[in-house]
Amino acid sequence: MKFKTRRTMLYIPGNNPGMLQLADIFGADAVLFDLEDSVAPNEKDAARDLIANMIRFREYENIEITVRVNPIDSPCFERDVKEIVASGKLNAIRLPKANSAKDVKTLEKLINKYEKEYKLKPGSIKIHPMIETAIGVIRSYEIASSSDRIDAITIGGQDLTANMGVSKTKEGKEILWARSQVVMSAKAANVDVIDTIFADINDEEGLIEETRLIKSLGFTGKAVINPRQIKPIHAVFAPSKDEVEWAFEVIDAYEKALKEGRGVIAVRGKMIDPPVRKRAQRIAGMAYLMEQE
Amino acid sequence: MKNKLGVKLPDHIDGIGKILPYKGPFARVRGLKKEGLTTTGVKMRASLPGKKKVFKDLKKVIELSGLKDGGTISFHHHLRNGDFLLMNVMKVIDEMGFKDLTLFPSSLTSAHQGIVDYVRKGVVKKIYTSGLRGELGKFISKGNMEIPVVIRSHGGRARAIKSGDVKIDVAFIGAPSSDREGNLNGVRGPSACGSLGYAMVDAEYADCVVAVTDHLVDYPNTPISIPQYQVDYIVLTDKLGNPDKIGSGSTRLTTNPVDHIIAEKAAKLIFNSGYFGNGMTFQTGAGGASLAVAKYVADIMEAKGVVGSYAIGGISSYIVDIYKRGLFKKMFDVQSFDKGVVSSLLNNEDHLEISADFYANPFNSGAIINNLDVVVLAAYEIDTDFNVNVLVDSHGYAQGASGGHSDTSAAAKLTVIVAPSFRARIPTLVDRVNTIITPGETVDILVTERGIAVNPKRKDLLENFKGKGLNIIDICDLKKKVDKITLKPRMVEFGDKICGLIEYRDGTIIDTIDQVIE
Repeated sequence: MKFKTRRTMLYIPGNNPGMLQLADIFGADAVLFDLEDSVAPNEKDAARDLIANMIRFREYENIEITVRVNPIDSPCFERDVKEIVASGKLNAIRLPKANSAKDVKTLEKLINKYEKEYKLKPGSIKIHPMIETAIGVIRSYEIASSSDRIDAITIGGQDLTANMGVSKTKEGKEILWARSQVVMSAKAANVDVIDTIFADINDEEGLIEETRLIKSLGFTGKAVINPRQIKPIHAVFAPSKDEVEWAFEVIDAYEKALKEGRGVIAVRGKMIDPPVRKRAQRIAGMAYLMEQE
Repeated sequence: MKNKLGVKLPDHIDGIGKILPYKGPFARVRGLKKEGLTTTGVKMRASLPGKKKVFKDLKKVIELSGLKDGGTISFHHHLRNGDFLLMNVMKVIDEMGFKDLTLFPSSLTSAHQGIVDYVRKGVVKKIYTSGLRGELGKFISKGNMEIPVVIRSHGGRARAIKSGDVKIDVAFIGAPSSDREGNLNGVRGPSACGSLGYAMVDAEYADCVVAVTDHLVDYPNTPISIPQYQVDYIVLTDKLGNPDKIGSGSTRLTTNPVDHIIAEKAAKLIFNSGYFGNGMTFQTGAGGASLAVAKYVADIMEAKGVVGSYAIGGISSYIVDIYKRGLFKKMFDVQSFDKGVVSSLLNNEDHLEISADFYANPFNSGAIINNLDVVVLAAYEIDTDFNVNVLVDSHGYAQGASGGHSDTSAAAKLTVIVAPSFRARIPTLVDRVNTIITPGETVDILVTERGIAVNPKRKDLLENFKGKGLNIIDICDLKKKVDKITLKPRMVEFGDKICGLIEYRDGTIIDTIDQVIE
């Protein structure tokens, strides 16, 4: 059974070859090579080359490869997209400061162009818009539904609080509304939704607490800045034993019904409709992943 | 001739004698009865009641010790990088004009680089040790000594002393505390280092024992690690060593995420190996991933309600913490890795000091490691036959130590090597290690961040690991995977001169340190 999930996306600074080569060994579901905030302006070129070549030659195993390029208004933006697409083995580009559908379209056009130029399968590279301004939050549904290439949207807490003129706190009350809004937009657009980082790498309890919160809000995953944060997040996203048993009952009942040509099924006295079945499949997939870990 | 692992060896080396080739980890142990060896006698000493033992003048005591040119002097390395004693004694010995000595410390550390000068001057002619570091290691690897250095494991050193292969004329024992009669321990005083396990063997078999202390206490000094009837002289000194370098506060767990990935995998393997359970016995090193394995194993033990019998080896304060969590009943301590261990050794009756003989000597009626279930060890290099090098670095220089590596891996039921698959750009996993310290036939598992390889002779383990999601791959495939990332480095060039002999724990020669051509 193959199951794709994005419980964790591990940020790796694009100018750190030691970390880049280790990207696939920590058990994160996805990595996020960064060209934006973690790379100094005079190192952007070197980092871009490094990331592109790393993706091209280093055969990463069982991991989604995404790259955060510089924002649209940056002089690096187009070179970033061109070189990273040229690497040929990219899964998605994360677009920082996505403020409108137009921003997404700008990136989409560039990807179209370079996918063609480098003879890649059309549409294979996804877009992950990053919502990190007030206007972005307000327009998040418009952004999330602006391209077929989008299969996840994300929220950036640091920039968003700066834009709001408030401090980011551990409790995160200041971005609760934004988080909820972004989740709602993602659900409406039927895409994944990834939460912002938890900055204090030594506070595992705090990380677990925040992950519980964002899971309950509807986030499907969380960005991480240190490999130590991966395990605790996966543990929070793990389904309970009862949920797993239920999920397999649903899947079995559905398959049985399919064989017998029955349309309507019930498990534990409750009707199973397609969205419930989908949820059961997701839980079963998650259980399989946990077993592998 | 060639030994079992294909290493070419001469039959005889001047200054060393007859060379016995390695024939397998227990070949000589099995045949020892036939050899009919006896332990050589120690020079009988007698002392009249009221004999004065305490002196202030080291020179005077060296005169009294009867040391002659060409003699053998021994030291312990319990003071680690903080040791002043060895170099202080060498200075006096040099001033007294001694020549051609054999220097026989339990190991050498960064505190002992000055030995190079004494070799150049002809004061030291031979070195027998477990480890070599820094300039001294380079000096030796470049072929600057006439007679090869002999590298021994901790158990092998005890065996060599007890069997008479090495006769100690004068043992200089750094004693963190002593009384006027020479009852010694390492748990009191400003230079407290914990266990005196390596020195115990020297004290028992040397013809003359000189204790040097910076902490003379009222009689009797207890606990007694080395008893007065083995000690001939006590010399007072200002400072035995630098306390900051003797022990670093307490051993901390690594924060390197790669070490943690490796350690977690290793713990999962140990859990599924068939050796995990109540009464298990366990040893791990103090560095990086090895110590982190202890953390993860301890966490699993706690979660499963398992209590082990004993932890053994070099004991670090992290192991003491695990004991305090109630996860092991006893600790056997041949060497204390950090200051945090000292008070435990002094105050805790379950924390037992043991000699290197008791710890790991293959030629006695049963060393403690013979009952070891699981040992976790590191590697500089490991090859596709699972041979391990922990001595010679990627430049070809001796920059490490044999330690208890080959002892424990021979004795333990499960030997797990934890190592990153490459460091900087140099692969750890190679076709053939530069220098074999531990033979692959005594190694069971290699755990790297990129996969786990099980020695194919351990079919039982492979069976136990099936279906556990452990990502086990053939060691050759793992190597291919790593080679793809690092590519093949150009190899160091070696000359024909033998700069060192790697003596296996049973006294046979398993490999050589070859001369680096610069």
